[in-house]
Amino acid sequence: MPKMKKRERGEAEIPTASMADIAFLLLIFFLVTTTIDVDTGIGMTLPPKLDQEQDPPPVKERNILKILVNAQGQVLLEDKPSALTRIREEVITHLTNNGQNANYSESPDKAVVSIKTDRQTPYDIYIQTLDEVWMGYFSVWDSQARELNYPSYQEYKNSLGPDEENQVKEIYPAQISIAEPDPGSGES
Amino acid sequence: MASQHFQKKSANTKQEIPTASLPDIIFMLLIFFMVSTVLRETEVMVQTRLPRAEALTKIEQKRLVSYIYIGPIQRGPNQGQTAVQIDDALIDNQNTISQIMYSKLQQQPRLIVSLRVDESSEMGIVTDVQQELRDAGTLRINYSSRQDREGTVSG
Repeated sequence: MPKMKKRERGEAEIPTASMADIAFLLLIFFLVTTTIDVDTGIGMTLPPKLDQEQDPPPVKERNILKILVNAQGQVLLEDKPSALTRIREEVITHLTNNGQNANYSESPDKAVVSIKTDRQTPYDIYIQTLDEVWMGYFSVWDSQARELNYPSYQEYKNSLGPDEENQVKEIYPAQISIAEPDPGSGES
Repeated sequence: MASQHFQKKSANTKQEIPTASLPDIIFMLLIFFMVSTVLRETEVMVQTRLPRAEALTKIEQKRLVSYIYIGPIQRGPNQGQTAVQIDDALIDNQNTISQIMYSKLQQQPRLIVSLRVDESSEMGIVTDVQQELRDAGTLRINYSSRQDREGTVSG
């Protein structure tokens, strides 16, 4: 009997005071080893590889808005020297032309924006050029979305279901062509 | 009298915060972070100062993304030389990129390639990599860049 009494008195609990510390350590480990920041960037789709014999699809000269960037970061817009900031307006006029001006596109779905660089062009300038072109598209999309009674293109896109067609992109498809660069002038 | 009264009161009330549920709270936090984040997998050996841009889109599904780093090497004998890094290794022969990316595409058909290119790089190497990507058939790419100005939201 005295033996039984002793057993009852002895505590059979696991000490849980340090449990929080262990959990904290694990938490800190995961906080350090994981990435939380959302990746942002400019999305593009590369053209699929063409066969050697196959010619690229013909596009009328007036439907292409040509942007050339040289090794010094200077911009040639439709063969005229121009500032980087002008690109956005030009893209918007090009897209919304609808055949009015003979120098710009016939219709929005035929309009193509072509960017060509040198091999020595700084990547930074290229991204700025591409960014301006995309901002041109975004502002056209925004105004088209407003015609459909949405406050912005983003709102319209969010309201679309997974299988619904994007009407804005149907009217103004993003057609940006990235041409292969010229060899350039040797060392920059 | 007064001091006696105080002593009596403090002796009777329990002043400890109950810590029994603390581990549970921490575990909840831990599980949240484990589920919502992706493990950092690679050590970047090239410097990538990303360019700034306005027309940004977010990559929602991080599991689809594969990274290609282009920039000057940070350490070692070839420091400062522009190099391409995929996963953990620097690429010696650029012709192998298409094979690497093709095998990645087989594993993940909806692959998005994120190009993390240093802003001081030249277009030549970027175009070479893009040609390799076209060979491999990984056509969805993303030029990783930072937000231009604080507060501007676009996409």
